[in-house]
Amino acid sequence: MALTTAPGTGRQPGSRQSLPDRRSRARLGRRVRDNVTGHAFLIGAMLCFALFAWYPMIRGVVMSFQRTRRGETTWVGWDNYVRIVNDPSFWTAWKNTVYFTLLALVLGYVVPFAVAIVLNEFRHAKGYLRVLVYLPVMLPPASALFLFKFYVYDPSDAGLFNAIFRALHLPTSEWMQSSTMTMPAMVIASTWMNMGGAVLIYLAALQNIPGELYEAAELDGAGIWRRIVNVTIPQTRLILTLMAMLQIVATMQLFIEPLILANGAGTQDAATSVAYLIYQHGFFQNDLNGAAALGVIMLVALGGFSAVYARLAARQD
Amino acid sequence: MSLPHYRRAAVVALAASLGLSLAACSTKSDDGSTDAKGKVTITVDCMPVGSQKDLVKNWNDDVAEFQRQNPTITIKSVSVGEQCNNPPDFTARLAGGTVTDLFYGYMTDLQQVLDSGQAMDVTEYANKNTIPTWDSIDPALKDVFTDNGKLYAIPTKNYSMGLLYNKALFQQAGLDVNNPPKTWADVRAAAKKISALGNGIAGYADYSAGNTGGWHFTAELYAQGGQMVTADGKKADFNNAMGKQVLQNLKDMRYGDNSMGQRQLLGWGDLLTLAGAGKVGMFVGAPDATTAIVTQFQGKYQDWAMAPMPGQDAPAKGTLGGGEGYFFKKGLTKEQVEAGLKWLAYEKLTPGKGQFDYARAKPQNQPVGLPQPTMFAVGSDAQKQELELRKANANVPVENFTAFEASPAPIKGEPRNAQAIYAVLDAAMSGVLTNPNANVDALLKTAESKVNQLLASNG
Repeated sequence: MALTTAPGTGRQPGSRQSLPDRRSRARLGRRVRDNVTGHAFLIGAMLCFALFAWYPMIRGVVMSFQRTRRGETTWVGWDNYVRIVNDPSFWTAWKNTVYFTLLALVLGYVVPFAVAIVLNEFRHAKGYLRVLVYLPVMLPPASALFLFKFYVYDPSDAGLFNAIFRALHLPTSEWMQSSTMTMPAMVIASTWMNMGGAVLIYLAALQNIPGELYEAAELDGAGIWRRIVNVTIPQTRLILTLMAMLQIVATMQLFIEPLILANGAGTQDAATSVAYLIYQHGFFQNDLNGAAALGVIMLVALGGFSAVYARLAARQD
Repeated sequence: MSLPHYRRAAVVALAASLGLSLAACSTKSDDGSTDAKGKVTITVDCMPVGSQKDLVKNWNDDVAEFQRQNPTITIKSVSVGEQCNNPPDFTARLAGGTVTDLFYGYMTDLQQVLDSGQAMDVTEYANKNTIPTWDSIDPALKDVFTDNGKLYAIPTKNYSMGLLYNKALFQQAGLDVNNPPKTWADVRAAAKKISALGNGIAGYADYSAGNTGGWHFTAELYAQGGQMVTADGKKADFNNAMGKQVLQNLKDMRYGDNSMGQRQLLGWGDLLTLAGAGKVGMFVGAPDATTAIVTQFQGKYQDWAMAPMPGQDAPAKGTLGGGEGYFFKKGLTKEQVEAGLKWLAYEKLTPGKGQFDYARAKPQNQPVGLPQPTMFAVGSDAQKQELELRKANANVPVENFTAFEASPAPIKGEPRNAQAIYAVLDAAMSGVLTNPNANVDALLKTAESKVNQLLASNG
């Protein structure tokens, strides 16, 4: 009788392992051996994320529904949320944060793109210029902001901006001491500090645009503005969309600028941001639970925004 | 080694390092209680920072001498750097459960320490046996750390506010250094003269940011005779003539006389930096502000003198007081608590020892002769002894503080929810100091409604 074994059905009783079976086991063994390294590295990364990102996040959500008093932690439902929404600075903080984000979109989003376009046009010294633009990113944010606080925004005529304005016979400002200039001043400082990275990303995107497209546009008589609108922007739309979302999420978390430039809340709360309010509740007002609730509100707001944005962007594509 | 072996080795190393990191993250360092030989170990924080070489040496010498005198006790010192004076770091350690057996805190920290559930009731342990000077310690200071009749910390330092003034600038402005301003009208007149010296000098400076504005509003309101919240703690109580006067005084000096300099939104270090640089004629502060000016901001002791808080038309009706102490972590054994109390007695509460070892501090140019701390009740033996030692070893011009010492204003503590209230009042202070059109009534009304809202929601 011919010995027939369907592939993959295992070995016959009393017989030695079949060839295909042995091959499949060997493949499996090799796959496990090959992947064990990958999985081991993955476990490391997962552990790090779990420990330093996911666990604190879950813990934050849990804490936002609890209250710790006299060492006793109790579930309080939505009380922390009610309390935090009733905080006298809650709406001011949101208004300031949204205002900063919008201003940063106008200035902090457009300027790096414009700088990248200009840099892209240079034929010489490109490398040096890139380093120059990127240099502020290498400065620790706190140092850069102290530079602005004491040197650029000094309210007296000794301040850099005021000295320039005075030389140009323009009205001077008290910058961070003026409730109307607080936000624009923070956006200028923040843009200067952070735009280097965005400029490099835009430059990389610009350099991927085929030169023929510009040549064709030029042949059609397009000026520089038409070329930017009809070639540059459509060709970099994907990266522009992504950068807009990243920028909005980052600027909504405004914290170090008010902390250093405005010593916290600024003049008449003009600089109070949501993240600064979280810090105040958590570290000065003996209210870590309220801080957690505000953190969750912010997470939901930013998460919701990101989801809507991603959906809209996908639909556009 | 072949490539896969390298990879395997890398994986093992990664796993091992992760394991080690996780093990290192666990902060069960306070494991030494009482060993088989009856030896007690306690951890204590706020050892001086490394840059303060003399203070570190003094601390280490004190630990060695204390352990020699008490061979059954081991002190493990922990330095948390400048974090001792940084409330957010304290809160983080408290919330993270990483405080030491004996941990330092401000008098205003009692509530958050109790809420964290980490402090131990030490009422039954604090007595003459563990702290020989216990009965001499000012009872008001013990009260600050007492809640529902239970004592949770041992006071180790105190302060109260007055008017600090720069004698050198007073002289340059033709003012009498021995006759400092007594009322806000005097302050205003002096500030005008000092700021007339030019060169960016502010006659008078005040805080308005980082919760320090609210802190000083409170001090100045107390001087007017006011209070921040009603006696039951449920309502704001500063939107009245006294509160308005506090803000009006500042607005008049800032924009009426232009005598407060152009730089505002000052936080703690900002004002002291300007003071150290000789750019401030007067400001409200405690005696130890001069120590900060000298040790951290390059000022000179001989330049600074201190007067009592100015009142509106007469001497101040009150002044803000505060201070610090050491709490005991929950779960310590009786032996550990007693050892901790003995250490505090030695290092912080014995004339001639530790912080009161003036003979040692004098040649090191640590300030001796400042009028505070005043830990011991007036007339007690410990107070007399401490005063004598202070006088005998003084190395700062004590006469610069006689006006302050001669007319002490009644001391009032900080309100409950102090930091949250101060944050609200920062806006009122920054309003009058940065906006020439600020409406004092409107600022106070807004602050009042915010504080009421805050008190209602905090319960």
